[in-house]
Amino acid sequence: MKHLLSVDDLSRDDIDMLFATAADMHDVQNREVKKLPALRGRTVVNMFFEDSTRTRSSFEIAGKWLSADVINVSAKGSSASKGESLRDTVLTVCAMGVDGLVIRHPASGAALQVSEWVDASVVNAGDGMHEHPTQALLDAYTLQRRLGSLEGRHVAIIGDLTHSRVFRSNVQCLTKLGARVTVVAPPTLMPSGIAAWSAAAGFETSYDVDAVLPEADAVMMLRVQRERMSGAFFPSAREYTVGYGLTRNRLALLGPDVPICHPGPMNRGLEIAADAADAAQSAVLEQVSSGLAIRMAVLYHLLAGESEGGIA
Amino acid sequence: MPAPDKADHPARDTSPERADRTVLDARDISRALTRISHELLERNKGATDLVLLGLHTRGVPLARRIAERIAAVEGTPVAVGELDVTMYRDDLRSQPTRRAHKTALPPGGIDRKVVVLVDDVLFSGRTIRAALDALADLGRPSAVRLAVLVDRGHRELPIRADHVGKNLPSALAERVSVRLSEVDGTDEVTIS
Repeated sequence: MKHLLSVDDLSRDDIDMLFATAADMHDVQNREVKKLPALRGRTVVNMFFEDSTRTRSSFEIAGKWLSADVINVSAKGSSASKGESLRDTVLTVCAMGVDGLVIRHPASGAALQVSEWVDASVVNAGDGMHEHPTQALLDAYTLQRRLGSLEGRHVAIIGDLTHSRVFRSNVQCLTKLGARVTVVAPPTLMPSGIAAWSAAAGFETSYDVDAVLPEADAVMMLRVQRERMSGAFFPSAREYTVGYGLTRNRLALLGPDVPICHPGPMNRGLEIAADAADAAQSAVLEQVSSGLAIRMAVLYHLLAGESEGGIA
Repeated sequence: MPAPDKADHPARDTSPERADRTVLDARDISRALTRISHELLERNKGATDLVLLGLHTRGVPLARRIAERIAAVEGTPVAVGELDVTMYRDDLRSQPTRRAHKTALPPGGIDRKVVVLVDDVLFSGRTIRAALDALADLGRPSAVRLAVLVDRGHRELPIRADHVGKNLPSALAERVSVRLSEVDGTDEVTIS
């Protein structure tokens, strides 16, 4: 594994191996000395051309706990805001001898493009509306820890599908692990061409939250991404909540052990009610700690071994 | 090229013409572990504050077996854990990425305990060097000792074992393979 650009590049075995490594890494969080020397002397650059709290800090901590040197470059305050092209920015940073490049960019396909320019290992930390593979891995890892196995389990993904890279990565990851996935969205936020895609990839679509929730083994709420919306996709926030939010009433439709996930940041009161976000069955904070373990596992597998080596 | 640090995995050696010589059979291994258990108890004057840490892969079942023997003699259980040193190896970078294993310390931790590292083969000493680094990140034992089933020589670092099942002078080119029933389905040590 040289880069992590898309869940599509991962085999079932790769995912299982990353999960097993993440389980080992998970214990580090409870240790007194939260440090493993595996990436000593390696340099990782977090390049974020979009705002982020959890993903960036998660990658930063993951790299630091593995003893890599981690540098953050964000679009604001970098030469990108002076009009430097992505290629020039990336090549400049990589000329400083970088081993790993974690990139988030508003353009779909940016990570793939960058991986063709540089020698460093590239990790896609979200490219536009395309993919966010470490989020999908940490979601599936969280659910697997809660549910035991995902084989045959029913996962409902609800919300703004059109603008969601999390959904695109998650559908692939969950189906690879044998889960049955149903995606739910208002018609205006259902991606075009989803009928053909869902038929080919083997997942289901629905417009009716209340019909899907009672038979779900896990629920994944997606954020309404106002910053990516160019038009009016729903009449009002209130109307969205009534139709598709995980409200207190809908919470009662779920079994008491059904985990509730949200990739964050949450719009409390819009797609998820506080009652659901803070419920005992909510997995939101678990997702954050799983995210660290998964990102440590990813960085370890990309950067620890000899550069041309595969996974042993 | 770094010398292989541990006994080579037996699955790698499939050439039928190569004659494997059995150095220890199941009963020899059992006797050696019983002796090591008694040595440990004698040296430590009992099982108090003793923590056995098996090194992955085959040190883990060995540590458990020693713990069973000590428990049988002393009548009280002894703390056992497992230690993975993958992240601390000095050859991480020269090999394809290795899969890490679980590190599990007993509930009491290792602070102020006498930690006995248990491994199958002592060779270059690099695994033990990595294990000592790993221990330093996990706590501060009052003492660290080393018990191995086989010491085959060829040390590359100033490290020695406190308790040895069998000293096995070997040529560098030879392979020492430890098989244990928990991992390999059978108990034996062979050289080829």
